[in-house]
Amino acid sequence: MENIEARVKKIVAEQLGVNEAEVKTESSFVDDLGADSLDTVELVMALEEEFECEIPDEDAEKITTVQQAIDYVNAHLNK
Amino acid sequence: MSLQGKIALVTGASRGIGAAIADTLAREGATVIGTATSEAGAVAISERLAPLGGFGMELNVTADNAIENLIEAIEKQHGPVAILVNNAGITRDGLLMRMKDEDWDAIMDTNLRSVFKASKAVLRGMMKARAGRIVNIASVVGVMGNAGQANYAAAKAGIIGFTKSMAREVGSRGITVNCVAPGFIDTDMTRALPEAQRDALVGQIALGRLGAAQDIADAVAFLASDKAAYITGQTLNVNGGMLMP
Repeated sequence: MENIEARVKKIVAEQLGVNEAEVKTESSFVDDLGADSLDTVELVMALEEEFECEIPDEDAEKITTVQQAIDYVNAHLNK
Repeated sequence: MSLQGKIALVTGASRGIGAAIADTLAREGATVIGTATSEAGAVAISERLAPLGGFGMELNVTADNAIENLIEAIEKQHGPVAILVNNAGITRDGLLMRMKDEDWDAIMDTNLRSVFKASKAVLRGMMKARAGRIVNIASVVGVMGNAGQANYAAAKAGIIGFTKSMAREVGSRGITVNCVAPGFIDTDMTRALPEAQRDALVGQIALGRLGAAQDIADAVAFLASDKAAYITGQTLNVNGGMLMP
């Protein structure tokens, strides 16, 4: 199994146009990585595609940091 | 103004303005999907668009999830929608004193809610593509008001406000959202008006004549093209000088 953390970080870096080295697990998309609200929506879309899942809006709102994204994927990814 | 290789979705493409828009976008090179409320209507659109590049599909814009399902099907088979023209519309005219709730709701559902739903449904593909064109067909009535059309005017003015908000939301992704506001165009919709009312309306038009559906289609084709890349959130009034806001 590929490393979920690495995949999430790669997507975050691509979507937000930041260097992958800047993306820490504790990074907040908005506060640390300069995302605006539309960026965060797009990020969730990208995560949905990468992990072939559907993230409901009420869950998507709670994903504001890299760690939260990793946790969500871990918890919901088809085993 | 080539639209070669682009997928365009035009709602309400059976007749009048919508038909002219669908045909024009197809002539410009787009693959056009025109919607009609009946299967027979969709077949007729397919026959009309076949030589130009495009086909018809059945869509009742007020049915639950119908718009989302249609757009999903199109994107699966043909790729993301690059151009959306929200044209489908109806009238339920009557003086406000006599206007029934159903007349109000029907107009809001068909003319305004459908714009929200279709625009939202194409947005994912457009955001990914970092490009897209949405053209909403408003009306001169939405800008100036018209006795007997409080519901229609409210919906059309609503489209204009929706357009401006959406343009601000998605402009950073290279997506433009504009309105074309037709004036008095010679279609089945306006032919239903009494002759005296038609004559009075023509008297207010600087160019002294009704518009043709093609006049609207040409404006839409421009806004859908690369040449209109720096125009967003605007309402292009195509009304022969009937109103100069």
